[in-house]
Amino acid sequence: MELIYVAAAIMMGLGGLGAAIGVGLLGGKLIEGSARQPELAPQLQVTFFLGAGLVDAIPIIGVGIAMYLIFVVAG
Amino acid sequence: MAADGQTVSEYIVHHLTNLTYGKLPGGAIRDDGTVIADGGLWTMAESAREAGEMGFMAVHVDSMAWSIGLGIIFCWFFHRVAKKASSGVPSGFINVAEMIVEFIDNTVKDTFHGRNPLVAPLALTVFVWVFLMNLMDLIPVDLIPWLLSMAGVHFQKIVPSTDPNITMGMAVGVFILMVYYSIKVKGMGFVRELTMNPFNHPVFIPVNLFMEVVGLLAKPFSLGLRLFGNMYAGEMIFILIAALYSGGLLWSGMAGVLQIGWAIFHILVITLQAFIFMVLTVVYLSMAHEDH
Repeated sequence: MELIYVAAAIMMGLGGLGAAIGVGLLGGKLIEGSARQPELAPQLQVTFFLGAGLVDAIPIIGVGIAMYLIFVVAG
Repeated sequence: MAADGQTVSEYIVHHLTNLTYGKLPGGAIRDDGTVIADGGLWTMAESAREAGEMGFMAVHVDSMAWSIGLGIIFCWFFHRVAKKASSGVPSGFINVAEMIVEFIDNTVKDTFHGRNPLVAPLALTVFVWVFLMNLMDLIPVDLIPWLLSMAGVHFQKIVPSTDPNITMGMAVGVFILMVYYSIKVKGMGFVRELTMNPFNHPVFIPVNLFMEVVGLLAKPFSLGLRLFGNMYAGEMIFILIAALYSGGLLWSGMAGVLQIGWAIFHILVITLQAFIFMVLTVVYLSMAHEDH
């Protein structure tokens, strides 16, 4: 039964790692792009949020499933 | 509200259960011990276990009621605005509707490269409807279920987008539109796209078909699951913080602060997820209209 907690931890950890690296790369490109062309900054920001939402999708589904495992399956 | 003697786990599971209406098969044993007569019984489930025994033809009454109700509110609001619209300076709620319509218009103009009068109203509907459904997540978790339990309704989830049926249903709707417009605009070109990409040789048709169909099915699948996952995880955290209130004064104070912080962050997530659903719908429809 304790393995469920380890499984949930691995799911959340690896998902968080992927999401953080992905959104960090996106944010870096946003800052770089805004520094080169400040007039495009609002448009770039919109695209950044769109990309962040897409990158976040699988990790957040993983977090939801992990919390379901911890609180509902493992009682 | 937590009943006496209810553990934290039971509280959490209770708040994650939908109100299900379906047919309990003959011979099934209900929670209070009674056995269903042959021929089955159409009734509300008294627990998650009973809901499981109802099988496929069971309806989540709470999700349906809230999603249809919010759709009616959306249609009524924009109907009122449309009747009062004029070319003068707008005021009040007409301003809000105008901002939303302009935002959707700009987004669709940037993203959609075809000719179809359906897409912009579809994008508006998807955005505002998903936003309204997600907005229900900001209402305190216990409030409406507690009010309804006094009226005899035992389970209630007020956020329709935490029900995978609702989000996958919308995604399947988008998928049907994608396939319909692909066939209508491209005709046999659609079949050629599925069978001759990426290897442009008839002997590779099974390989191409497999890869392209997986890619095609991944789109509505990810669309529906992304919205569901975000909203389910957000609601789960709300429920977990609400469960802290049972721990005494110090824990309740901390829970209050956490609820406010998480709710403020969740406002961003709500809007973002509605926006992403809308943009992806428009992008997929634009890909369906592409004529190389």
